[in-house]
Amino acid sequence: MKTRRDFIKISALGTGAATLGLSALNWNGVKALYAADEQEAVSDEEMTAHATYCEVCFWKCAGWAYTDKKGSIRKIVGNADDPHCKGRLCPRGTGGVGMYNDEVRLKTPLIRETVGGKQYFRKASWDEALGLVTSKMKEVSEKYGPEAFALFNHGAPGSHFKHLFHAYGSGNEGEPAWAQCRGPREVGFAATFGSWIGSPEPTDIRDTRCLVLIGSHIGENMHNGQVQEMSTAIDRGATIITVDPRLSTAASKSKYWLPIKPATDLALLLAWIHVLIYEDIYDKDYIEKYAMGFDQLKTHVKNMTPEWAYGITTIKPDLIRRTAREMAAASPAVIVHPGRHVVWYGDDSQRERAIAMLNALLGSWGRRGGFYFKEKVPVPRFPQPEYPHPAWDWKDNLDGRYPLSSMGITTELLKASIPELGYKHQIKAWMVAGTNLPLTIPDNELFKKAADAVEFIVVVDTMPMEIVKYADVVLPECTYLERYDYIRSASHREPNIALRAPVVKPKYETKPAWWIAKQLGERLGLGAYFNYNDIEEVLDWQLKKLGTSLEEMKKTGVKKFPRRSGALYLHEGEDYEFNTNTGKIELYSTDFEDHGFDPLPNYTEHPQPQDNYYRLIYGRAPMHTFSRTSNNPNLWDLMETNSVWVNPKVADLWDLKNSQEVWLQNQDGVVSEFPVKVRITERIRWDSVYMVHGFGHNNKKLSRAYGHGASDSKLITNVMTDPMMGGTGMRGNFVTFLTEKPGKELES
Amino acid sequence: MRYAMAIDTKKCVGCGDCVVACQTENNVPIGYCRDWIVENVSGSYPNVEIELRSERCNHCDNAPCVRCCPTGASHIVEGGIVKVTHNECIGCGACIQSCPYDARYSHPDGYVDKCTFCDHRLAKGQSTACVEVCPTSCLYFGDLEDPNSDVSKALKNRSWKVLAPEAGTKPQLYFLT
Repeated sequence: MKTRRDFIKISALGTGAATLGLSALNWNGVKALYAADEQEAVSDEEMTAHATYCEVCFWKCAGWAYTDKKGSIRKIVGNADDPHCKGRLCPRGTGGVGMYNDEVRLKTPLIRETVGGKQYFRKASWDEALGLVTSKMKEVSEKYGPEAFALFNHGAPGSHFKHLFHAYGSGNEGEPAWAQCRGPREVGFAATFGSWIGSPEPTDIRDTRCLVLIGSHIGENMHNGQVQEMSTAIDRGATIITVDPRLSTAASKSKYWLPIKPATDLALLLAWIHVLIYEDIYDKDYIEKYAMGFDQLKTHVKNMTPEWAYGITTIKPDLIRRTAREMAAASPAVIVHPGRHVVWYGDDSQRERAIAMLNALLGSWGRRGGFYFKEKVPVPRFPQPEYPHPAWDWKDNLDGRYPLSSMGITTELLKASIPELGYKHQIKAWMVAGTNLPLTIPDNELFKKAADAVEFIVVVDTMPMEIVKYADVVLPECTYLERYDYIRSASHREPNIALRAPVVKPKYETKPAWWIAKQLGERLGLGAYFNYNDIEEVLDWQLKKLGTSLEEMKKTGVKKFPRRSGALYLHEGEDYEFNTNTGKIELYSTDFEDHGFDPLPNYTEHPQPQDNYYRLIYGRAPMHTFSRTSNNPNLWDLMETNSVWVNPKVADLWDLKNSQEVWLQNQDGVVSEFPVKVRITERIRWDSVYMVHGFGHNNKKLSRAYGHGASDSKLITNVMTDPMMGGTGMRGNFVTFLTEKPGKELES
Repeated sequence: MRYAMAIDTKKCVGCGDCVVACQTENNVPIGYCRDWIVENVSGSYPNVEIELRSERCNHCDNAPCVRCCPTGASHIVEGGIVKVTHNECIGCGACIQSCPYDARYSHPDGYVDKCTFCDHRLAKGQSTACVEVCPTSCLYFGDLEDPNSDVSKALKNRSWKVLAPEAGTKPQLYFLT
């Protein structure tokens, strides 16, 4: 019988044209979420709306979760007053209910046991599990000092445990957000404008006339506000210029797509700078008033012509010039987007610097349609004693390396956990909250060695992610729909806050992170830092200081505040002091120079693939967040696995067919654990392959996600570390295809 | 009154939000869908184009699914919305075969199901769930007979196409190109 699940068609629109039906590609398995008598749609008036903000990604859109008369969550929609989402959640937020409904969630505390040499997890009571974690925290503190207990975290639960760890006396915290994601752009922009980009990005996309994306795939990278504003910009006729070896969705909506040879972006950026300066089309008044180092820059890029860049990037000189002129014509309403996941080749801070400098020449920082001056409301701290001062933290282990890192470097914390590496200060135990390190950190062997070496690991999560397999104690957190968290205070055009209140009671024996942190704190004798009965008390106290209350916020979800820091943009001729050493926009970075780095960026050549190998490029799909969502029934329904994108020419060489399963082997001989289906597409360059990140789960507990697709993280064994800030460049890995299951002969 | 929808292929990013929003709004079982995304790639590298479309029932003026339904479960209501009365449907699947857009599916409870243009929401003065959720605001809905409706305005200023016009069904989804 023909079903819509057969909806994969090859259309006749030219070479390699394929129509892919998305959604509901699964035929078997999952039942309706509700009983038969609840099958019809229910109107909004018959339901109750609860204020929350989303935790499926970290854009944290405020929304309303609707429960029906029986108290079941029926749907989640955006809060119209929230500047992050303007009433429209992304697919992940809309499908957030799947996080709550997922039947394989962690349900009870678990403790690792060894019986007859075999290890397994035993269900435990909260009292026992918390008692064990407390005794380990005391033991580590007594034996090695509290600093030896490190915290890896991401998202809302992290903030509760950071508070616990600060009270306990450890400042060893790391989140992948720095060294595996956006650290380099913060370094590059801070050196130039004296300000981080931060999240959400203060990019004034809605009013821009020209948006330049360098490998940034907004639309697939579903950071809601940016996607919405890009759509507005398209409506308003903005020019989009996309630089990407892959025809990303954004590239397909661009006036100019520059299909660059991977790893050469910095040459293109320098050539663009050359054109702006030598064609005299940069923002002269702006540079004269606000910037320093122009003459050095002019001399520096003298020979970095479009012709020079053509030989490196494969982008034709004429196209480089035309796109530079487009940017100049739109100036200052132009954004050369800093991107978000920017740890690529180890010289990423310098590439981001070049992006920042290009923006400076275009006069876009502090200008309408460029970058606005963001502002947030400080949330007052609930009364507590001062935190103790740790004897050392991760920075003291660096010995002068990565001097521009300002957030904990996860990989350095891992290395400090391995005694043989001889770090001055050793890490002996971990808490991992809300981050799935095995599918996040490159160089899996490093992670495994570190996990083996430490004495104790406690994992707090909602799902049986791979990290759980390494835990000695597992503490099951309830999902964001079942808990309070701290107030979301976001920097934006208009300062604003949002409330997350529980929509339903925690399912199973799960608990909110704030409760877990408070319990551990009290057991550790740190009760003074948790001097309240319930988080409602803290939130209400904070909200009243902000001129509202918990009760009021439950009704509105979001509250906006007037700006206090001044206008969104610079006024004509306004005097402005930038937060750099010189108070100016630094085209010549005195800070980089002081630390012994190039004050002006230089192009460095990076390795290109050997014969029969292809550069592994990875990215995002709009319906998934890293590896967090792969088992979410609603989102899995939209996309259940990744595929490896292969250019038709390459497919011909290897005689690959669409949907054929292959294994990928990288330059170091590492083979993907599971096969991945080939997608033959003209959207990818012939020297690269592409995969969506976050698949290839190997925890069998993940009923839907287990064994689906390949994990890019596992294939990233060559790490190109940024000497400035410790970012782990991950785009220097090359893979080849294995069409037979590796080790097949041995098996039979 | 003639309800219709316009889909701006220049803005759609194919995120699938319309699909999830429809599933949760209308309690469509996981594994099934009333709307879906089509990605069309044409050309060869580096001269490649993508068309992204959010598709659903076309609520045709000349609906073959309604004509072929043996029980009258498939019918047309106010505004041209094609609907299925679940308890009159015997699940024979004739309508599924007749639809050139593959817009209907067999619900596991034994009837045929499809997009309703969220008529339960229209009755309350709201728009459809997919229109209201779309992060790129690429979906426009309304009454074609009202020149000020979102869909009328969208069609006035842009070029558009319909799918499978040769089928003669007079479809009411318009794709802005």
